[in-house]
Formats: sequence, structure tokens, C-alpha cells
Amino acid sequence: MAGSSTTTMTITLKAWRQARPGAEGRMERYAVADVSPDMSFLEMLDVLNERLIEEGRDPIAFDHDCREGICGMCSMVINGRPHGPNPATTACQLHMRSFRDGDTITVEPWRANAFPVVRDLVVDRSALDRIIQAGGFIGAATGSAPDANAIQIPKESSDRAMDAAECIGCGACVAACPNASAMLFTAAKATHLGLLPQGQPERYRRALAMVGQMDIEGFGGCTNFGECEAACPKEISVETIAQLNRDFLKATLSAR
Amino acid sequence: MHLDSKIPGGPLAEMWDRHKFELKLVNPANKRKFEIIVVGSGLAGASAAATLGELGYRVKCFCFQDSPRRAHSIAAQGGINAAKNYQNDGDSVFRLFYDTVKGGDFRSREANVYRLAQVSVNIIDQCVAQGVPFAREYGGLLANRSFGGAQVSRTFYARGQTGQQLLLGAYSALERQIAAGTVQMFPRTEMLDVVVVDGQARGIVTRDLVTGEIASHAGHSVILATGGYGNVFYLSTNAKGCNVTATWRAHKKGAAFGNPCFTQIHPTCIPVSGDYQSKLTLMSESLRNDGRVWVPKREGDKRPPGQIPEAERDYFLERKYPSFGNLAPRDIASRSAKEVCDEGRGVGPGGLGVYLDFAAAIQRLGKDLIAERYGNLFEMYERITAENPYEVPMRIYPAVHYTMGGLWVDYNLMSSVPGLHVLGEANFSDHGANRLGASALMQGLADGYFVIPYTLGDYLATAKPAPVNVDRPEFTEAVAAARAQVQRLLAVNGTRTVDSFHRELGRIMWDYCGMARTAAGLRTALEKIPVLRAEFWRDVKVGGSGEELNQSLEKAGRVADFMEFAELMCLDALAREESCGGHFREEYQEDGEAKRNDAEFAYVAAWEYTGDTAAPRLHKEMLAFENVHLATRSYK
Repeated sequence: MAGSSTTTMTITLKAWRQARPGAEGRMERYAVADVSPDMSFLEMLDVLNERLIEEGRDPIAFDHDCREGICGMCSMVINGRPHGPNPATTACQLHMRSFRDGDTITVEPWRANAFPVVRDLVVDRSALDRIIQAGGFIGAATGSAPDANAIQIPKESSDRAMDAAECIGCGACVAACPNASAMLFTAAKATHLGLLPQGQPERYRRALAMVGQMDIEGFGGCTNFGECEAACPKEISVETIAQLNRDFLKATLSAR
Repeated sequence: MHLDSKIPGGPLAEMWDRHKFELKLVNPANKRKFEIIVVGSGLAGASAAATLGELGYRVKCFCFQDSPRRAHSIAAQGGINAAKNYQNDGDSVFRLFYDTVKGGDFRSREANVYRLAQVSVNIIDQCVAQGVPFAREYGGLLANRSFGGAQVSRTFYARGQTGQQLLLGAYSALERQIAAGTVQMFPRTEMLDVVVVDGQARGIVTRDLVTGEIASHAGHSVILATGGYGNVFYLSTNAKGCNVTATWRAHKKGAAFGNPCFTQIHPTCIPVSGDYQSKLTLMSESLRNDGRVWVPKREGDKRPPGQIPEAERDYFLERKYPSFGNLAPRDIASRSAKEVCDEGRGVGPGGLGVYLDFAAAIQRLGKDLIAERYGNLFEMYERITAENPYEVPMRIYPAVHYTMGGLWVDYNLMSSVPGLHVLGEANFSDHGANRLGASALMQGLADGYFVIPYTLGDYLATAKPAPVNVDRPEFTEAVAAARAQVQRLLAVNGTRTVDSFHRELGRIMWDYCGMARTAAGLRTALEKIPVLRAEFWRDVKVGGSGEELNQSLEKAGRVADFMEFAELMCLDALAREESCGGHFREEYQEDGEAKRNDAEFAYVAAWEYTGDTAAPRLHKEMLAFENVHLATRSYK
């Protein structure tokens, strides 16, 4: 039963250390003893950081906030995989029972030109916000809305929109992509809004604007590796990318 | 300090409409002359910043996360209430108002709650227009579910991620305004102080969390939407970054703090598993629609749940509260769980847990339907505990979740400092001594989308704040004080980490100011907290410098404020010699239920800061109940 585990583990952590943006970084090795299998991965980092602070050394900076898998703040590559080994699991929901006593675990920040490292495992993901600014919304100013039940939306469309809307904006798709493309992130939002009747008026200009911004930010193009879907903690489907590509193509042709 | 709640006159149902007409307006061309500072980007902050931007104000919005989309509203699971009556089951604005006042154990302001119920219907319209994918029926119309404290189905939801979807709606509106140039966003920026000039809130001091730069920003009004202070307990369902700093610093600059002892302990959270525990995870209240809460009848019964026959189980909520059953309000459900655990009937390691069992629902409805309703919550539970709730009952235990207390505000959501407005969980308004489920999202969006856009204009048109800039001595002094505080924290260089102090403070608060409180316990806490605070300032080890990303330093500043705030919370709990809602004083009970004392305590306790060493001064805003009959809250 959880919480009753009496055996603890000792692991070796190899973590990326980088003092500031643009500074030279390096991997550093830390032994962490007395790790409970019921600890989350981030709690293991907490324990290590408290020890480092007590020893007068710099703790490892990492982004985190809700620690329940929804805010999208945590962002680290664990043993070569964004958010670590478990499917559909953010780093904060990964527990040490997924590792074995004596394991060596590497932890690195998201790697992408569009995500400059701020410090250690912390990166700057503001490029994703700018993609939303370019068109990831429905222009409905407060107060202008009709009654919520005025438009019927088939349950299937609504459910599929929700599947795409579950994106937490963590950027794991970018970190997983050999091209560092933000296509899954962009497509998730475009698909969510594009499946709904309210999203139709801006559908094609949205596709053009968001993809355009993605290019400006320095994300790579999508060449259908599909690594993004495998890494996505919310299991957003690559079908959203097909949808965005269709919208983008249609928008490009009609814009001529 | 004089507190005027500014409740409009006239019949309850007409107050808000008439007030809106009487509020002064700022004409569209003049709006762009006003600069508004919004701190926080959760439901209240993002909806306010976006809406004020749409209206034409120049807005600066600040959040400590790397993106406004990550504010903790994102984690709300179950839903949002609205008096739509789409289910034709007898709901109405008045019934939502009534349920909320009753649910809050008659310690909220009737006028504010009525307005909240009125605008609830507009919120759902607005969110659907933004593309929020609420759950729908096959006919294409919106679905509803039931929540605690209500006998109608009025809760709108988006799977178990309602807060996420509502926040992303507000966030997308905010990003649209950022692109339009009406809102300037400052992520990874923490507010350290409010600047008051000639008696009006005119700006803030901030720290850039990446560079460490301490700067100030001037505006014509300041809006705080900085959430609650549940992390004073260290362990709570709040995100790690949630803190009291913005509201506490505002309090020290003259904003009265309302009902700080009113905290909500949520009944359904995953129990603590070890000392390293960094936070607690909520399991949505919606689970109580289909889950049955029980413990063994016999003390010390250690058999696995499956081996305990039906006759030897105590479904204690169904037994004690037959008309509401497992959907009894949060305060009552939490206290009942604590009672059975105190009796030695708790389950799981340490005996601090009760079962939430879905076996009957799975048998009745089938596993597929349960999976459709709660699949993501079941998965989350299994990821954390390695147990499969389709097969063994969940183990749950109450945890700190929400704070009904907050900065005191009048009907216009303005604090006792002119020009300083407070929205969402950060204010004390609307929920009284206990918040009903699915009402926090409603209040955050009501404040941001539909209240502050009206009342702020009236303030600007009436108070006519003159232009100021950050060269004024009030700004330079506040910046110097913030820099000095950072240096002071770094200079201690003792032996204990910030977290170790935070955990110790949290333990004191949980033991003496948690689910059950006594005068003796609160006095003990009031002795322990100053001792711990002194030790913090003598022995904390922060490390690093102030001119870089320093997460230990960020935490140190927040914990320093929690250390001061905790004392006010205990003082408030001690002064309120009654039990009401989430505030349960063991001395005041009747048949195990909270015993209110309306004759002496039907008031909002608004505390005025009087100096670092002086005792805070209590002001009482008397509450009048003209539309809801004051009665003993019964869910039996």
C-alpha cells in the first residue's frame, strides 16, 4: 500500500547546471540517499536542494507550481524524455517508484532555440504566449455574448474540442521534436477553437497567424516525426496537426 | 479607520441594476488616460485585465509564473455554479443566493452574494462565446452536475478541468488584449509592496524574478487578484507559489483584513504519505456525487476494505445527514472525517484517512460511465498512490484548500485604501465562513468580468486621481525598503532552510488553527509563532544573491510574510467565540454541530494594522439579514 513502503532508494542524479542565460553549462553529479518510492520526482529534487542549501551550495533551479499536472510549469527532460519515462505524466506527477535503487538519472532543461535557458532547468517559454497572441482566441469582448444555450453544439464536436483544449502549454512537444517545432501546441489550440461554431469566423486567419508566429519565434517546421504526441502529458493527438495543416492550406490558397 | 460597505439602498433584487446606473462613467476617449495595475492573472486578474483592456484602459498585469496561463485557478477541477435553471429543477437567482448565504453560515454580505448570483448567468454566456468546451448532452445543449450544499444541478463543467478551461478562456482574452497593445504583461514578476500617495493606492513595487531588479510602477488604481493564503499551513492543495505577500503588504499599508480565520478544509484530498510531502492533491468534490464515504464501524479494524462486510461499515455522512448524504457541505464533511479518525476508525497509514468508495456506482452505472465522468481524476489518484480506485476505494482526508478570508472590500470591491481594489479569493467577500463547491470560479470571474469594469470607472470619475510618477518619495522609499528586506534575508546566513521554517509554521497552524480550534490552543500558537519568527530571522539560510533567479530567496520573502500573517489569523480565530462554517471552536458546539452566536458575532471582523509590535485593531462590520432568515444550518 502506498505510504507504507519502508525501503528507500539511493540514486545518482546528473543535472544540468547553468548560471544564467547564455552562460556555459555542464552536467553535475549528485548522490541522493533515502529516497522514498512514494516521493514525487520534484520532491526528490526538493530534498536534494535543501541539502545543497544547508551545505552552502547553489540549489538546482527548476520551474514548478501546482504539482498536480495541470499548470504546465514543470519542464524537464528526464533520462532523455520530456517529463520522464511514464506516458501521460508530467514531471510533478512522476513518482520515484518508477525508478530503481541505484539508478543514475539525468535531468536537463527543454532544449530548443525558441526556449532559451534562464537558469539550470528553467527555460523561457514566452514564445508560446506570443503564438496565442497572434490568434489563439475567439474575439468575444466581455458582455457581448448570446445565451450559452443559443447555439447547440454536437457532443462529439464539443468532446473533440475538449480533447485538444486539454493542452497545458508545457512545451514538451517542442522538447521532444527533432526540429523543435511547436506544431502540436499550435494545432491543439487551432483545433480546439476550429471545431466549435464560435471559432469559425476567425478560423482561417487564426491558422495563418499562429503558424506565422511560430516561424517568427524560431521553432522548426513539422516533418511528421510524431515524437510530440508520444511526449505529450495530455495525450494531444497528432491528428490536430493534420487539421491545422488543412486549415492553413485552405487559408493560404484563398488568400492568393 | 472607517469602514463603509457602500451597500446600495432599495430592494435586494434591484440594487445592482440601480447601482450600475448611478455609478459614474469614464468616456471612451478618457479611458486611455488611465493606467491600471492588475496584480495576478488567475480567473479574477486575467478577466479583469482583459476586460479593462477591451474598455480602453491602459493596463499593466503582473504574475510570478512564467505565463499568465499558469495561475492556480487552472487547477480547479469540478465546476462553476450558475443560476441558469437549464435543468428545470427549481433553480433561480434567489435560490443560488440563498444557498450561498446559508452555505457560508450567515457570515457574508447579502448584497454582494445576490449580485454574484445575478451575474453568474452572464459568466456562462461569456465563457461559451470564448470557446470554453463545457460538457454537453447529445442534444447539443449544456450539461450540469450537482455539487455540495445544493439540491439542484447548477454546476457547469469541463470534465475534471473546469478551472483550466475557464482560465484558458480568460487567458486567451488577455493575450488578445496584449496583442492589441492595451495590456502590458509582466510575467516572472512578484509584487513586494503597494505604494500609497496622498491616501490613494498609486502603484506597486516589484521584483523581477529573473534579474532580481527591484522596480516600481505607477498607475491610477491598483487591483489585487493574488489569490488566497492557504499555504500558511505549508501543506495545502494550493500551488507551491501561492502566497500572502501581496495582500499582507497591502494590509500593512492600510487595507483592513477581513475574517482571516475563515479557511476551508476540503474533505476529499489524497492523504499525506511522508515528511517530504510538498503539497496535497485535491480529488474533486464532484466525486461525492457517486462515491460513498465510509470507515469501519469498529475501532482499529485493519482489514482491507474488500473484506469488511456491508454491515460493519459506517457510511457516516449518509447516517448523519440523510437529506444531503455524501453531498454535505465541505466544512461538515471534513469535520465528520476528522471525528471518525479521532475515534480511531481512520484507514490507511497513520489512520488519517476515510474511504471514498465507487463500488456501488460502478455496479449501478457501469465502469464506462464512471470512467467518462471521473476518468482523469481516477488516473491522477492512481499516479500518486499506485492504487486503482476502480478496484479499491480511494483513501481521502481533509486538507487546506481555500481561504474565505481576505482583504476587506466594500460593495465596489474597493479596500479600505482608496483606489486599491481586491478581487477573487484575495478579498473576503461572498463566501462567509464556508465556500460552496464550484463557487470560487464563479466569484473570480464575476469580480473580473462583470463587477470591477463598472465600479472602477466610478472610482476614477469620482476620485479623479492626479497623475503621479515613480520619482515621488513614496515610491523611492518603498523601493529602498524592498531592497533592504532582500538584503536582510540574505544577510542572516544561518543554518536552517526556508522550507524547514515553513513546515514548522504549517504544523503549528494545522495543530492549533486547523479543523478544530480552542482558546487554549490558539493562545499556544500565539506564543509559538513569534518565537519561530524570531528564530527565522536569526537562523534562516537563504543562499545565493538578490541579483539572479533565486527561488530560495523568493520563498524566504513569502515565508517571512506568512510568519507575520499567521499571528493575525490566530488572533481572529481566538476573538471569534463561536463556531461557524469552517471556523470550528470546540467550546461552541451543540450535538457535535457548529454553534453560531448571531447575537454577538454576526459581523465581519476587519483588522487594522497598527504597527509591527502593536496589537491589530478590530473593526466590526455588522451583517444584516433581511432576505434570508437566520437559522441553524441543517443538512440533516
